[in-house]
Amino acid sequence: MDRGFAGIEGPSMKFSVIIDALPHLLGAAVTTVWVSLLGVLLGQVIGLAVCVARQSGGRAADMAGGVYVSFFRGVPLLIQLLLIYYMLPLIGIDVPPLVASIAALGLASGAYVSEIYRGALNAVPHGQSEAALALGFPDRSIWTRILLPQAFRISVPALVNELILLLKASSLISVVGVAELTRTSQTISAANYRPLEIYLAAGVIYLAINGALALFGTLVERRLQQA
Amino acid sequence: MLDLSLLVQYGPALLRGFGVTILCWGAGCLIGMVLGFILMLLRQIPVKPLRWVIRAYIEVIRGTPFLIQLFLLYSGGPSIGLRLEATAAGILGLGIYGSAYFAEIFRAGYQAVPKGQVEAALSLGMSYGSILRRVIVPAMLVSTIPSIVNMMAILTKETVVLSIITVPELMYEMQTMAAETFATFETIVGMALFYWLLVEVVSRLGRRLEARVTRFLTHASPQGSSTQTATARA
Repeated sequence: MDRGFAGIEGPSMKFSVIIDALPHLLGAAVTTVWVSLLGVLLGQVIGLAVCVARQSGGRAADMAGGVYVSFFRGVPLLIQLLLIYYMLPLIGIDVPPLVASIAALGLASGAYVSEIYRGALNAVPHGQSEAALALGFPDRSIWTRILLPQAFRISVPALVNELILLLKASSLISVVGVAELTRTSQTISAANYRPLEIYLAAGVIYLAINGALALFGTLVERRLQQA
Repeated sequence: MLDLSLLVQYGPALLRGFGVTILCWGAGCLIGMVLGFILMLLRQIPVKPLRWVIRAYIEVIRGTPFLIQLFLLYSGGPSIGLRLEATAAGILGLGIYGSAYFAEIFRAGYQAVPKGQVEAALSLGMSYGSILRRVIVPAMLVSTIPSIVNMMAILTKETVVLSIITVPELMYEMQTMAAETFATFETIVGMALFYWLLVEVVSRLGRRLEARVTRFLTHASPQGSSTQTATARA
């Protein structure tokens, strides 16, 4: 036997299995993309709320926000995911794995996003909000008209980066049985005994999505700079 | 909450798991740094195809999930004759994953070394080897230590992913315990708190190391300004 190292018959690489599996993999990739997008969206909302609460909500809010950020940045995502997956049913909320996964991704992302916004807010010159205050702007409009629009523009590169990170992290939700790209690759390679080819294909798909996201990020950045 | 007798019963397994976690983390960091350093050095060689290959390697590793890389190594490896035991695959996987990030960190550090220092060393007749060892690496270490520490903290968190390919590290042992005792929720809460603490400890130790390595900055300067740069990071 000169080929087929692992006791598999025939040549060691067979690309036809990739073509056979491709429709399934691409379908699963779509799931990966929208789960990640929902996670990022949720993360945006949470991150923004936490950031604003920490900046303007007094000491207690700042401390609670600090604990939240520290916890979700310090604990591995896999553990957060299992925590939410097992915790929600305990407090009476029975959710499908998909919802638990999006919640976990959103909570984790929110912690990072709130720090991104904090950094961006610090980059907005302090004089601007003082000037607005002197002009009699109410607190709310200082946030919505002066601070946040600028903070958002400053934070675009970091937010795109966060989206790419979350897309990669979403591979972990395969553990709770969500049929996204990683899980589907596992299922397929368990059926056809071709893990090398299938995981290579999955890796290429992840790479392509991330490449597209990075490109999209550059375009948005350029657009915002012109504006 | 958690039945304490469980801890007695499962204590040894958990300790062993923690040992495996630390082993994977330490060995993974080491391999990652050594590989990353070699990649950084190879990137300095002005041969275009070599640079493209290294660039592609770094982009591929950074653009794909760690879990996929692990599966490829552990399940896909045997198809090309690479049969690794779970723990070995886990360590190698962590090392390869880390190497791409460390290569980028080191590259930034290398570029931050003032050209004049290298030129001065060259004009003094030092060989490239000793310039690297005595001029570039020490300067690099100082400027990159915060990023290195950060990456090491990230790798601490990534070790739990190894449990998915059945490396018997802490997460794996805890999941076994949870499955056998049905104390799932308590175990996961305990695990979360433990890893929170672990990552915090790694970051704190890292900051200490950082302060130690950059200590000369505070001593060398007369007073004031650079003291602040050294402490501002801490």
